[in-house]
Amino acid sequence: MQNLTLLDGQKFQITIQRLCRQLIENHNDFSDSVIIGIQPRGIYLAKRIAEELRKILPGKTILQGDLDITFYRDDFRRRGEQLVPNQTKIDFITEGKKVIMMDDVLWTGRTIRAAMDALQAFGRPEKVELLVLVDRRYSRHLPVAADYTGIEVDSIASQKVVVSWKEADSEDRIVLVNE
Amino acid sequence: MAGLSTRHLLGIKDLNAADIQLIFETADTFKSVLNRPIKKVPSLRDVTIANIFFENSTRTRLSFELAERRLSADVVNFAASSSSVSKGETLIDTVNNILAMKVDLVVMRHPYAGAGVFLSKHVKAQIVNAGDGAHEHPTQALLDAFSIREKYGDVAGKKVVIVGDILHSRVALSNILCLKQLGAEVMVCGPTTLIPKYIGSLGVKVEHNLIKALNWCDVANMLRIQLERQDIKYFPSLREYTMLYGLNKQILDGLDKKITVMHPGPINRGVEITSDVADSKQSIILDQVENGVAIRMAVLYLLAGQAS
Repeated sequence: MQNLTLLDGQKFQITIQRLCRQLIENHNDFSDSVIIGIQPRGIYLAKRIAEELRKILPGKTILQGDLDITFYRDDFRRRGEQLVPNQTKIDFITEGKKVIMMDDVLWTGRTIRAAMDALQAFGRPEKVELLVLVDRRYSRHLPVAADYTGIEVDSIASQKVVVSWKEADSEDRIVLVNE
Repeated sequence: MAGLSTRHLLGIKDLNAADIQLIFETADTFKSVLNRPIKKVPSLRDVTIANIFFENSTRTRLSFELAERRLSADVVNFAASSSSVSKGETLIDTVNNILAMKVDLVVMRHPYAGAGVFLSKHVKAQIVNAGDGAHEHPTQALLDAFSIREKYGDVAGKKVVIVGDILHSRVALSNILCLKQLGAEVMVCGPTTLIPKYIGSLGVKVEHNLIKALNWCDVANMLRIQLERQDIKYFPSLREYTMLYGLNKQILDGLDKKITVMHPGPINRGVEITSDVADSKQSIILDQVENGVAIRMAVLYLLAGQAS
């Protein structure tokens, strides 16, 4: 089977714009809210959303950080390969803030479970929300749901959803890969 | 991503440059973890580690234990002085008894060189050498090199002199191997009787004049005189040693450039180094101790992560 492009070009941009507007509905001028991208691939989404929000809300401070969840994963010692950590970069206080965690694809929910644990190490946020670009439905291993969703996809376990970013991969595109 | 090339950490000799880089990069992330409000991660929650010390230690044992607890491992401590070893139990029996209690990883310090290698061939657990006689002390060398990297950005091309009791020092051997592996230039300095005869074969320079050695280097690692390992007298008196090889403020200030001073501890103040030097701005002795926890977390994390 061929790979299927789910979203690219102008439609990709419209989806990002819609997510930004939805965030503004709930977070107003972001004075009490912060954005956290989950390493390794969620940081591109978080950076893009933060950048767009700064354009829509000129003069407002949009805080955005990167969170690495490697040490909180539940498959340590259960995989053949070594889990090597990425950088965590959070230069602000999350205590008492509304935190919006962002990742490119929501699949089993295990990454989000680990991310919620990892986030606790930085203090107690007032609220934690989840924004994902792609929600792979009917594939959850844990009771996790996103508050904001770019697109929903029905897929089977052998398929993969790959999100490419202009910054890292030269173009914005979401592809369903058949293996 | 590739992990370490070895299942145990018995010595720097078993590590290649990629292993050391991986340990450093992992230690960088752990160092940032140690600066968070909550300094603990759950990675090793299903791992049990035994710290087996057949020789006295303060810094290394505390540093390992803290590293293990920061990784959420279960920790058991064992000191030979208060154990059945004094009733005549052998090393393998002692360790196998501890392993029967389902221990995954053993951190061991032992007065005999090669004790870790011996143990790794006879028991199932992964072994981390925390010092074996006058042989190797790998985590100390890693944290020393990590501290140099932190101070200068890179270890390659730096000139490091190791001063003192090279003959009885496991820190010296591990440091030489680690620094050479990372591309640094290494010199040893001390009285002829305390420099091993064939040390040149490791590719290090030898200098017996402290001032010349210090003027050559970027970093000076001052070692302690290991009186407990010296069965004969290697020099006339400690006072004479201090006069010829002790580092004081006057010497430090008289050098052509500002060098960095290191010491693996424990310090004998007034012997190999004076208090004003040990506590000066050029000293990174306490940074070494801080980095020790991050390095040991990295080593334990990478080793424990191999088992599946």
